[in-house]
Amino acid sequence: MAIEAFLPAAVGHSMRPMRKATTERAGVRLLLMVIALAFLGFFLFLPLVMVFVEAFRNGMSAYWTALAEPDTVAAIRLTLTVAAIAVPLNLIFGVAAAWAIAKFEFKGKAFLITLIDLPFSVSPVIAGLVYVLLFGAGSALGPWLKSHGIEILFAVPGIVLATIFVTFPFVARELIPLMQEQGTGDEEAAISLGASGWQTFWYVTLPNIKWGLLYGVLLCNARAMGEFGAVSVVSGRIRGLTTTMPLQVEILYNEYNAGAAFAVASLLAMLALVTLVLKGILEYRFGDSIAARKH
Amino acid sequence: MAAALSSAGWRMKKPSVIPGFGRTLGFTLAYLSLIVLIPLSGVIWRSASLGWAELVAIASDERTRQALKVSFGASLIAATINVVFGTIVAWVLVRYRFPGKRVVDAVVDLPFALPTAVAGISLTAIYAHNGWIGSLAASFGIKLAFTPVGIVIALIFIGLPFVVRTVQPVMEEIDKEVEEAAATLGAHRLQIVARVILPGLMPAILTGYALAFARAVGEYGSVIFIAGNIPYVSEIAPLLIVIRLEEYNYAGATAIAAMMLAISFAMLLVINLLQAWSRRRFGHGD
Repeated sequence: MAIEAFLPAAVGHSMRPMRKATTERAGVRLLLMVIALAFLGFFLFLPLVMVFVEAFRNGMSAYWTALAEPDTVAAIRLTLTVAAIAVPLNLIFGVAAAWAIAKFEFKGKAFLITLIDLPFSVSPVIAGLVYVLLFGAGSALGPWLKSHGIEILFAVPGIVLATIFVTFPFVARELIPLMQEQGTGDEEAAISLGASGWQTFWYVTLPNIKWGLLYGVLLCNARAMGEFGAVSVVSGRIRGLTTTMPLQVEILYNEYNAGAAFAVASLLAMLALVTLVLKGILEYRFGDSIAARKH
Repeated sequence: MAAALSSAGWRMKKPSVIPGFGRTLGFTLAYLSLIVLIPLSGVIWRSASLGWAELVAIASDERTRQALKVSFGASLIAATINVVFGTIVAWVLVRYRFPGKRVVDAVVDLPFALPTAVAGISLTAIYAHNGWIGSLAASFGIKLAFTPVGIVIALIFIGLPFVVRTVQPVMEEIDKEVEEAAATLGAHRLQIVARVILPGLMPAILTGYALAFARAVGEYGSVIFIAGNIPYVSEIAPLLIVIRLEEYNYAGATAIAAMMLAISFAMLLVINLLQAWSRRRFGHGD
């Protein structure tokens, strides 16, 4: 796909005599294109535009006032804090898991990969429920935690745990296929030349995987900051304390304060746009070194 | 722990000069167990300890059954729509050239990046009776938001990229020579698409279907704003879990969760079998 853009027009021209065999008639092409673009327009593009239309409906000053609200500021701070804890932890996990899985041959590897992907196939609400059952009042741990004054549920630790759960596979699943494709030759060479394990990782492996790593972190971060279902179950929605930005959107919306809800939502939409742009740049510039599937 | 693992791993794994196997695998297993496996097994343990009588009572509760029906029904419809239009979108992106293609291609990933709550309120604003499209539909007497149709709209949004991104790379790999050969043998375009191209794409299309469906069944954030959440009509199973939890009815919440997990697992198993069958039947592809 990337190559197509660089092909001179003449290549397309020389293919013209065969067009009937490998493409549709012009009318059908136009029809399919209109269907595809209309579908994307109604279901994807319009919702994105709508966020900003609604956010700025009442003017710039209303927009800034909504964002300067203390509860909203606290929500922004909490979202950044949660992502700052969850993303690095899943980054370390992703690198460790990919190292073990891609650099060694051992039994049960395929099963381990399936288990790592598990959080993707669990509903976010169930991800939250899982921690409620583990730490809630009715659990075995609940009373003990309470008597020791440790708050996990309806507090920041619970939100962090739920976020880690839903973003768990992101970095690992980018790195595993990439590192499997790169093989073990470089590392074996480095080790045989006397490098230590850390040196090998730092100077040989990391430069090979850095763009793929960044790609995984980007997706992980977008989900971590935007997670709603899992976090809403464990948060308890204490305003200014345990509401993340997506929860703040919900609270404001349910209070019929749509303008403020969309103002907060617009920040998250901008995060999504930045994520998409960076993702596009990474795929375009470093497509070959991101993942095995992007050739 | 790491030492025990590396000595256990010694028999399990091929020898290698690269260090760090015990440490990285040990950390991986420990982290995986702490964050995912132990908490998840809690749900299974809890629902197993409910006992049959209680489980059956919750399962036969009319509101639960309706919520499951709404969740799985809307997900099936949305995944089916996504398979049809997602395949067309992938085809257009792979085969045709048009201005702004790179932007369109990037927009496909929007549902991966846009938080579900944001998508939810935005879709509601568009499809509600006073929204851009909702008012249009309302003039024909059709209500979109706050009905099961609204649920399907939200599920189309979140499921679309799964289909496109699964089908697209396989489509790019299709060898045009096969199409040319079919054409030389006198097949016209529709025959080539139906009998040469689509069969090769079937495994990928089914995978995309499974992924979109699985994601849709568990979806919560984008749905609850647009659904209207009327019990028995437009209340999805994940929302009912949340409601039960807010009532401190942990048994009820766990039972619904267990049923959701069981039904999704069974459906994914069926789709996996279909996929294996289609791979055998149609040969190449994913």
